[in-house]
Amino acid sequence: MEHTVHQTHDHYDPEASKIGMWLFIFTELLLFGGLFVIYSVYRFLNPEAFHLAAEELNRAIGTINTIILLVSSATIAMATSAIQKNNKRQTLLLMLVTVLLALTFLVNKYFEWGAKFGHGIFPGSEHMIQTMSKGEILFFGLYFIMTGLHALHIIIGMAFIIFVMVLTARGKIHSERFALLENSGLYWHLVDVIWIFLFPLFYLIH
Amino acid sequence: MQAATPIPTDVSYLEYKGKYKGIFSWIFSTDHKRIALLYLYSMMVMFLVGVLLGLAMKLELIAPGKTIMEAKDYNAVFTVHGVIMIFMIVVPGLPAVFGNFLLPIMIGAKDVAFPKLNLLSWYIYVLGALLVIASVLFGNGTPDTGWTFYAPYSFKTGTNLLPAIFGAFVLGFSSILTGLNFIVTIHRMRAPGMTWTKMPLFPWTLYGTGWIQLLATPVVGITLVLVSLERIFGIGVFDPALGGDPILYQHLFWIYSHPAVYIMILPAMGAISEIIPTFAQKHVFGYRAIVASTLAIAFVGYFVWGHHMFTAGMSGTAQYTFSLLTFLVAIPSAIKVFNWISTMHQGSIRLETPFYWAASFIFVFMIGGLSGLVLGSLATDVYVHDTAFVVAHFHFIVFGGVGFAFFGAIHYWFPKMFGRMYDKGLANTGWIVFFIGFLALYAPMFYLGMKGMPRRYYDYLPEFHAANILSTLGSWVMAFGLVIILINLFRSAKHGPKADKNPWNGKTLEWTVPSPPPVENFAETPVYGEKDGPYEYQ
Repeated sequence: MEHTVHQTHDHYDPEASKIGMWLFIFTELLLFGGLFVIYSVYRFLNPEAFHLAAEELNRAIGTINTIILLVSSATIAMATSAIQKNNKRQTLLLMLVTVLLALTFLVNKYFEWGAKFGHGIFPGSEHMIQTMSKGEILFFGLYFIMTGLHALHIIIGMAFIIFVMVLTARGKIHSERFALLENSGLYWHLVDVIWIFLFPLFYLIH
Repeated sequence: MQAATPIPTDVSYLEYKGKYKGIFSWIFSTDHKRIALLYLYSMMVMFLVGVLLGLAMKLELIAPGKTIMEAKDYNAVFTVHGVIMIFMIVVPGLPAVFGNFLLPIMIGAKDVAFPKLNLLSWYIYVLGALLVIASVLFGNGTPDTGWTFYAPYSFKTGTNLLPAIFGAFVLGFSSILTGLNFIVTIHRMRAPGMTWTKMPLFPWTLYGTGWIQLLATPVVGITLVLVSLERIFGIGVFDPALGGDPILYQHLFWIYSHPAVYIMILPAMGAISEIIPTFAQKHVFGYRAIVASTLAIAFVGYFVWGHHMFTAGMSGTAQYTFSLLTFLVAIPSAIKVFNWISTMHQGSIRLETPFYWAASFIFVFMIGGLSGLVLGSLATDVYVHDTAFVVAHFHFIVFGGVGFAFFGAIHYWFPKMFGRMYDKGLANTGWIVFFIGFLALYAPMFYLGMKGMPRRYYDYLPEFHAANILSTLGSWVMAFGLVIILINLFRSAKHGPKADKNPWNGKTLEWTVPSPPPVENFAETPVYGEKDGPYEYQ
């Protein structure tokens, strides 16, 4: 039997993958949106306690981490420009810098959290229940959830970028086909933007 | 890049093996039609489990006092029944099965935009289902909170709740990815010439559904994560002992779970909007009104969650607002019913099984919808809140609406999916038995609720006995109808007479391809001309 055959096209539609990524970013924003709603409700109910608790956070580390993420967003954006000029070496280098910056962010976060744990501040701690008001407990509960979930997104973003680096190194991503690299950049910017909101909410406003 | 492999255009998707053999040609397939059947079969299994649990509950309620199970087993049974039916059947049901199978064909595409992501969604679905099953089989005690996982009981109960909550979270993720895939597919892959206003109505409802899946599911996702963290660490956000507010949990939960009702019902309405024009052989009445009402339901449905909480404690202003918004949703729903009926008017109606299901859908949907207004009004809601009335209402919508549409859809598209026709006499018998059983099962619950029988109790006062017996008998009749339907379909999928490519004389694109369709659906990409449309009869 003879089949009538036709060629399967290579279904590459950069526009579609970009729309897909944007839609996914919507869902991520709503995921954090739920947390921002909870934060605003409890901040409204416990303004004093939130003020007191925020004093305990290390504003210096917070600022350094903000700068780190802003720079990493710049480097991943530069990587997207570099691939369009087909400069593979530079692309890989810029992505590597992004990943290293992300790692630095996590190391800082580790020391920051570690210091809090050392002071007996962690979810479910007896020390907190005995010495803190309910508002302060809520503040630190939200602090750990929101920065923790954000750190998880940093890790996912790093994994995504490393995956794209491997593909770039193998030549699967090049100046004609770089939607995936662009998407990893979009995701990284999202992670960055969420931090831009977390930073003032927890560290700056009083 | 791989060399392009030729894919034959005259081999059906059921026969084409691809590079894998046996079961692997299914579970590794990225063909949207095979994935649809994967969903169909996995849902069938979970649906039967859910039905058995439902039957067990009705059997328990056949007489006052303990009949077959203890109070705490009853709590576990209605919880697992709810979790399975909501998160695994009615929320993903029509999009995952019929959306996957038909969306690409109806818009003239070869597949969805992201076929691999589509397969991944099914794996995530299976993972979520396994997690829920694990919560039943392992740990000390089956979850007993009800499918809503209300705080603070959800982190106080000693039962094995974590896997169930996480399972619901994972199932939500699967639903998000499916919605995302459909939205992109509809934006990017419509056939040349198929403008938005020429797109069939089922894809339109999938589009609306996709947006709700995308915008509502993450909120419940984070809420479920928070309940889990509350259980593990005691972070305090929903725990009044630590300053949290359990009512806030209810708000966040229903911000998703009310729109989820529209995730369920919109594609059901879409399927009905396809069936009715085909069996009336007439252009659908008010195409634009149906599209607009679909989007209106998707939009307004986002702002009505508070009506689940009228008695939970909220301000009078909030109550009036939510009540008003709830009434607003009734308008687009009524527009749709009006359009379906008008489509039938002066059509040449063919009484086939799918049409019976569609007609009975309208009947039960009306009862479910109008009883919803009783619950949406403040005064009456306080009276019937948390009674059997509510159970009757949402089963009329969720099981009557979505379930009837699902059965209508499967009888409508069965010849397309399997290339064979079922026994129509048996299918009609199954329908009427199921329909009668359904009414006998749920209608008495309206009466019981009005008389004050609370929901979620394994026991009741003697004066409720007669209506409960009727309801339990109804559950048996309905189950019998279901058995007839399933046996007929299963047997026909293998042994039924070969079906024509267009047995119902439908005009949408899926009826232009062979039954069952070839792997990539179309030998040549269809093109819509100036005068073409999805419902051009005569």
